[in-house]
Amino acid sequence: MTMTRRLLVAPLLALSALAQAAPITLKDDRGATVTLPGVPQRVVSLLPSLTETVCELGDCAKLVGVDRFSNFPERAQKLPKLGGLEDTAVEALAALKPDVVLLGVSARIIDRLESLGLKVIALEPKRMADVQRVIGTLGQVLDRPDDARRLWNRIDGHITQSAATLPPAARGLTVYYEVDSAPYAAGAASFMGEILTRLGARNIVPPELGPFPKLNPEFIVRADPQVIMVGQRSAPGLPQRPGWAALRAVKNQRLCVWVPAESDVLVRPGPRMSEAAALMARCLRQAAAGPVPLPTDAFTAPPGGMR
Amino acid sequence: MNLGTQGRAALLLTATAGLFALGLSIGSTGWSPLTAADDSLRQILWDIRAPRTVGAWLAGALLALAGAIGQGLFRNPLADPYLLGSSAGASLGLAVMLFFVGISPASTALALRVGMTGSAFIGSVAAVMLTLALARGVEQTLRLLLAGVIVGVVLGSGTALLTLINLDVMRTMQSFMLGSTGFLGWNSVLVLCAALAVAGPMALGCSRGLDALSLGEATARTLGVRLTLLRLLLIAAMSLSTAAAVAQCGLVAFVGLVAPHLVRSWGSVTHGALLLLAPLTGGTLLLTADVAARWIIAPQELPVGTVTALLGGSYLLWLMHRRGLPLGRRR
Repeated sequence: MTMTRRLLVAPLLALSALAQAAPITLKDDRGATVTLPGVPQRVVSLLPSLTETVCELGDCAKLVGVDRFSNFPERAQKLPKLGGLEDTAVEALAALKPDVVLLGVSARIIDRLESLGLKVIALEPKRMADVQRVIGTLGQVLDRPDDARRLWNRIDGHITQSAATLPPAARGLTVYYEVDSAPYAAGAASFMGEILTRLGARNIVPPELGPFPKLNPEFIVRADPQVIMVGQRSAPGLPQRPGWAALRAVKNQRLCVWVPAESDVLVRPGPRMSEAAALMARCLRQAAAGPVPLPTDAFTAPPGGMR
Repeated sequence: MNLGTQGRAALLLTATAGLFALGLSIGSTGWSPLTAADDSLRQILWDIRAPRTVGAWLAGALLALAGAIGQGLFRNPLADPYLLGSSAGASLGLAVMLFFVGISPASTALALRVGMTGSAFIGSVAAVMLTLALARGVEQTLRLLLAGVIVGVVLGSGTALLTLINLDVMRTMQSFMLGSTGFLGWNSVLVLCAALAVAGPMALGCSRGLDALSLGEATARTLGVRLTLLRLLLIAAMSLSTAAAVAQCGLVAFVGLVAPHLVRSWGSVTHGALLLLAPLTGGTLLLTADVAARWIIAPQELPVGTVTALLGGSYLLWLMHRRGLPLGRRR
């Protein structure tokens, strides 16, 4: 670079630096105080729900790298994949020179990244209230507080709307939401459970049991739910489990089986929560009307997704 | 307390009968006795609690049988049913099956046809075969043990890798590795029964050979024991019982290791008696653990493997300090 060009560029740089110079200080979900020198321009997200939130806030273009599970929106699929929370590719991540790295509280990599001088914001969206808080925090980080407020209001409004459009017969149905065939359930204390509650469904797993308890299968048989929601991966063997053929949901074919793309939406506590509510509302509406049709496509989910 | 074998067997059977009654009375609400049964509860009793209770006992018996065989065959008090790679093979089998679910419709159909228990069983048996192949037969005990360790480690890392790139199955794999008796149905009970009916007599038939072997290989040979045949038969019985138990219940920890020790702690026994009493003890232990696992935090469940480890481990420790097991005795 010649001297004259450098002279020309320098004031421009100074100007742009001035424009974003206001440092942002905030507390993340670890309780750590993080100070960013300005609004980050290069963002890495290692959690699908955070990726989706950043994009919903309109800053998808700022993302330079994501974890391997971030597959939405489409733009995220083209970004460099940096592994998961347990096996993050540190070198590839550092090479991207992000201004901030967004990840979950349980990420092993936090200390390593901070020792490399990177700014790390750990966020833990678990329940609905967390999602609201996380959206707010990201609004702060990206300097879009108004968009963040609007986004949350939109999600909240859509959920209310899904609930309002349900016919009376679809309200008050007892539901067992299976997360995994062990069997782990999504209890009323999970965010899936919270959505169900807002839709007027009665979760057979009370909040005292925690968000995702491993249940005695007998508990489910005794509760005899009217509707079962389950991912397509666990669905095939379900009616064959000891005693399950007699369940109302199985006998009357009130099994809502989520295809992988739907499971993606349902397991992520992020901006697509309103879509999750719409899916569950669809299930309840169908269950109230008659047997719920099973997915017509065979289960295909390339390994590596989180469903 | 030095009862004869029959006395001890009678005691264990009495305990088992008591536990069966308890197993039928402990459900997802904790204590819900047989006597208060209405129609829906009767169905739960028959479809869920009864097969679960019987199945847990059988699985414990099979694991203990395998452990007793292993400890006699390798003349090593630390031998357990998973010694020859059975557990690592079962996990890998399951991980591979879960990996194939969802890749393409054909592979999904195939994987679901084999099923969880099928894949774990096949994996378990295949791992033992691999160990035998690597050890080039059964002539050398040390080579067998080493090959078993190697197969265990290599297959284990394969399982870890498959699980890591297919994180959805993490929870399924984890509950398999911690052991679970929750989904035992009458079909499982049939399979476990068949395995015990084959492996039990096989092992008992070899008990004289094991007695001779405990005097050393050379002595056993001079006593006319056909060592290769003995080992092959016993390894077959051991891997069959382990594979059956593991496929139905996952990798239940510690029962196979601790049950033979418990039997020995009540007085010295011949292998004939050990191979009879250890399964009774193992069954009692796993059934106790199963009842505890569903009772303690009902309606939630503890992984049964952690309970067996706690129960069996603490009892063994207590015995060791109280009576000075041969393991801990100064020579």
